[in-house]
Amino acid sequence: MTKSPDDWLRTAQADADRRGIPALKPLLVALADATRILRGASWNRSALDPPTSNRLRKPELPRDKPQ
Amino acid sequence: MTIEWCDRPIHQVATAIETGLVSVREVVDSALARITARDTTLHSFTMLLSEKAQREADRADRQIAAGRYRGPLHGVPLSIKDLIDVAGVPTTAASKASEPATATTDATTVARLRAAGAIIIGKCNLHEFAFGTTGEDSCFGPTHHPLDLARSPGGSSSGSAVSVASGMAFGSIGTDTGGSVRIPSAACGLVGLKPTFGEISCDGVIPLAPSLDHVGPLTRCVADARLLYDTMRDNSSAITSETIPARRILGCPRPFFLERLDTEIRNSFEGALDHLRDAGWTVKDTIVRHAHHSPAVYLHLVLSEAASTHARGLAERSDRYTEEVRLRLELGRYVMGEDYVRAQHGRNVLGHAVDNALDTCNALVLPTLAIPAPRLGTNTIDIAGNPEPLRNTMLRLTQLFNATGHPAISLPCGLTTDGLPCGLQLIGSRNRTEHLLNLAEACEATLANR
Repeated sequence: MTKSPDDWLRTAQADADRRGIPALKPLLVALADATRILRGASWNRSALDPPTSNRLRKPELPRDKPQ
Repeated sequence: MTIEWCDRPIHQVATAIETGLVSVREVVDSALARITARDTTLHSFTMLLSEKAQREADRADRQIAAGRYRGPLHGVPLSIKDLIDVAGVPTTAASKASEPATATTDATTVARLRAAGAIIIGKCNLHEFAFGTTGEDSCFGPTHHPLDLARSPGGSSSGSAVSVASGMAFGSIGTDTGGSVRIPSAACGLVGLKPTFGEISCDGVIPLAPSLDHVGPLTRCVADARLLYDTMRDNSSAITSETIPARRILGCPRPFFLERLDTEIRNSFEGALDHLRDAGWTVKDTIVRHAHHSPAVYLHLVLSEAASTHARGLAERSDRYTEEVRLRLELGRYVMGEDYVRAQHGRNVLGHAVDNALDTCNALVLPTLAIPAPRLGTNTIDIAGNPEPLRNTMLRLTQLFNATGHPAISLPCGLTTDGLPCGLQLIGSRNRTEHLLNLAEACEATLANR
């Protein structure tokens, strides 16, 4: 089941409390921030993106590579 | 005048051993004497193999006397990170959570070094299970920086770096999952090589994150790093056609990589680039697209994989880990599978981005470590008014190349006003580590003439 980072964070923090690891909560906040960045990356395409959404450019062709 | 052999690079002491200028026993004893003198305060070793090393030294001397010189590692004392199996002693990973059983065989890398004549003098302290950048979290206590005992030497291969920087070993073998060879090398003024992913076997090495783990040498010069790399790598008998490039072109990816640097690190790095330009090198700005996503990609990879490799440890003995490492391992249990897949996709995108940046230059050049060796006990670093967790700051310039597998080498490039070393990092094309070493050797020679 897909969860938004906010939903995931709430669940994870509650689980950390339940397991008696409250010191984990600030780390979970930092991980949620990283997950937002990861999911927001332009190269992360969704199957539901419109076909014109070509946000990830193909790698450029090599230019004069020095020997 | 007595020659302090233990401060010399491997290739110099090797020549002295081969020509009979010094015996292997003298070389080994000089290293052991230095350990006795310095390691009670530095804590770079978890275990010494003194008597075995002396026996092997005597045998090595007898072999030389009999005309059986085995090459440039014959009788050279090396240290091994205590994450790597050495037959006959336990591999502690600097953790009370590790298996106490004795290793019955050498790791592949150790076996290859021994076969070339090297003598293993001891096993080195590290950040617990290699999951940290300072060397502070260790059941043996923190490793201290040889130039300032109040500072960390960097990690996770903290003891490896200190053993070489302090003349207690002529070279050391470490592991690098996010920068753990290059970071302490930069902080201690050494050369540290992370080869292309997969070039050096990880058999007999306790894994942290298997798709990011690399084995690599920490040495006093590039020639020594090459010697250890050539000895340890798979297909080491392969003939290389790599040559030093006629035109030396470096690409400096300023966006992201040079945005958050300590002022003295920046000055040292820019001074090194100026000197390279003055010496005829071309240094041009370049871009690694999507580089600002590399911390998020790396974090999801390393947390997931570390939680996987430590799943049994967390289930059976979580109370035996140090608190900081245990929390990071627990954190990995919360990464969602779909985000690990996104990170894997990101790793491929970033790999192509690094390849593209390398298309117009021989290597990328950037600092290795954004700060000088940090004070022990530091959790947050303030760079230009932006406080950031120390771990993030220390991994910022190295972790991407663990994710992409590109070879990377750290070279010394000057000192801060406090006399702390700064590191310059060169990144080469995948599967062209020899080419990177050639370039690094030329760069080292140029910077030595400053």
